[in-house]
Amino acid sequence: MIMKKVFKVQDLDCANCAAKMEEAIKKIDGVEDANMSFIMQKLTIVADDDKFDDIMKKAAKACKKIEPDCRIVF
Amino acid sequence: MSRRQKRMLIRIIVSFVLLVVAKCLSFDGWLGYASFLVPYAVIGWDIIWKALRNICHGQVFDENFLMAIATIGAFFTGECTEGVAVMLFYQVGELFQSYAVGRSRKSISSLMDIRPDYANIEVDGKLVQVDPDEVSIGDIIVIKPGEKIALDGVVVEGNSFVDTSALTGESVPRGVMPDSEVISGCINQSGLIKVRVTKEFGESTVAKILDLVENSSTKKAKAESFITKFAKYYTPCVVFGAVILGVLPPLISGGGWANWIHRALIFLVISCPCALVISVPLSFFGGIGGASKCGILVKGGNYLESLARTEIVVFDKTGTLTKGVFSVTAIHPEKYSEDELLEYAALAEIYSDHPIAASIKAAYGKSVDMRRVANPQELSGRGVCAEIDGRVVCAGNGRLMAEVGAKWHECHKVGTIVHVAIDGEYAGHIVISDELKDGAAEAVADLKNQGVSMLVMLTGDSKEVGESVGEKLNMDQVCTELLPVDKVQKVEELILAKSDKGKLVFTGDGINDAPVLSIADIGVAMGGIGSDAAIEASDVVIMDDNPRKIPLAIDIAKRTLRIVHQNIVFALSVKAAVLILGALGIANMWAAVFADVGVSVIAILNAIRALKVTNK
Repeated sequence: MIMKKVFKVQDLDCANCAAKMEEAIKKIDGVEDANMSFIMQKLTIVADDDKFDDIMKKAAKACKKIEPDCRIVF
Repeated sequence: MSRRQKRMLIRIIVSFVLLVVAKCLSFDGWLGYASFLVPYAVIGWDIIWKALRNICHGQVFDENFLMAIATIGAFFTGECTEGVAVMLFYQVGELFQSYAVGRSRKSISSLMDIRPDYANIEVDGKLVQVDPDEVSIGDIIVIKPGEKIALDGVVVEGNSFVDTSALTGESVPRGVMPDSEVISGCINQSGLIKVRVTKEFGESTVAKILDLVENSSTKKAKAESFITKFAKYYTPCVVFGAVILGVLPPLISGGGWANWIHRALIFLVISCPCALVISVPLSFFGGIGGASKCGILVKGGNYLESLARTEIVVFDKTGTLTKGVFSVTAIHPEKYSEDELLEYAALAEIYSDHPIAASIKAAYGKSVDMRRVANPQELSGRGVCAEIDGRVVCAGNGRLMAEVGAKWHECHKVGTIVHVAIDGEYAGHIVISDELKDGAAEAVADLKNQGVSMLVMLTGDSKEVGESVGEKLNMDQVCTELLPVDKVQKVEELILAKSDKGKLVFTGDGINDAPVLSIADIGVAMGGIGSDAAIEASDVVIMDDNPRKIPLAIDIAKRTLRIVHQNIVFALSVKAAVLILGALGIANMWAAVFADVGVSVIAILNAIRALKVTNK
């Protein structure tokens, strides 16, 4: 089942990083759509429910690579 | 200010003092370097640390790295004061930027401060506060004066006034009494009311609206995608330019390395695209926030962009331009008495939700014995049929009469005519008329002033009624006697007729026109509160039913777009100017830092203007 989940993002300081993270998350296998809102400090991911845990691990890793201070709150 | 921001402020002050001290002492040789390195370390350690860490992660062109290289480069070219000062100025700018973004985030979310925190439920005669999520359908919630209504429902006890302004922008409070519907997010003003919940919290109006506004940033405007794409190429290009500038001229002329490298460092400072990347979505979000304050919900920045280019506005008549509250103004029976005709019509329409049905039932005024009605049928765009006391009664327009073979005739009165046929024989007609909404004429005039080139009204009503309304409102085109399918077709034709860049806006009340709402460039649903279908199918929802909100929405869209364009042009031209001046050796690193953080702060402040909407 395709699910849409929203996560809070902490210490997201730079709008350009948010755009980079969004792009990185979109490239993860199984992600249908992703949006990193710098203004709302929120991450929205649309993906298959079965793979969600796996995707979130990869997403957290991708974000860490771009902006190590920023954290996705599960 | 958050704790992180406060800590940064302290670092800035300490570093500044140390810089002044180092400047005053003005040691020579390595001691001089060391005295400047202290304030530099205080202000810039985290930037250097992040730069190193990000290089390890393969992130080369990030702003930390660029700032680190630029300032360390300044040290190497002997400009110690500049190295520290640029870092200091950069941090001041970043601090200000994060403060400004935080502030605007707060002011936007305070606009949407409609989320109820709790609901009161009576348990054993005592009021208990519970999470709105835990309340189920059918529960009775108690709302005291001054409290927010947590869930949609129907009043069962008490009289009061509710303030709907947070949802509709309408400042006049609405009176409620037992049996009136109330929606979540409104504030109860005068008396205690008890409400029977009709929707779970997740399905209630307030949750829907919050969801819609919060998701609006996922629908990106073209300007926003353009900027993110631009940013992706901009930084590498400028860095590449810096390398060429630092290496090529001294190689050719054979010397002056320090001077050219210094100019290259200026390039690096300007190469961060943050000002653009923040200010564009922030402006759109501000516009959306400002609109929602007026009771106009816009589902995404892309729709604001389209609204600003509105060329054709198509209105559905009923419920949009007219009140949709019909009243029976004349009854012309044939062979029956007036009361009999009205009774048959009311019975036939008993199951219909159409506004016409409601007015006939209201005119009949007596309670109806449902058992007399069998086989009710609603015939889209034509009317209704039902068996009443075993007789087939059809009520509807001329087309329906022709279908059942009744010999009908026109009425001399202008209005909506409901013809009635009993057992295929014409029984007379009922005249119903509708009133224009307050503000409909002004809305049309405003739209024309805004440069909308064509205003079209579509209606399922008869030619006379439609045309008389269209004439009163000064419409450019009126199409009457349309079935829902015809409306879709008509709008498709109009879409083909407009220019490539112009956009078509369709405004309807969301009942029966969901297909049209979705094919128009922008579907505007009016009086959207409580109608889920309308909220889902449309792109813009006007919460109350004031037609003047349409020109207001276009105004807001135009203003927002203007701010977006200002920001793009301003940021790009300042950066371009400083790049050129830097390459020529005229601009120094101070100008470069201004072109980076200074510009982004100004762009953010400009973006916040999008929030402020003057409600006419």
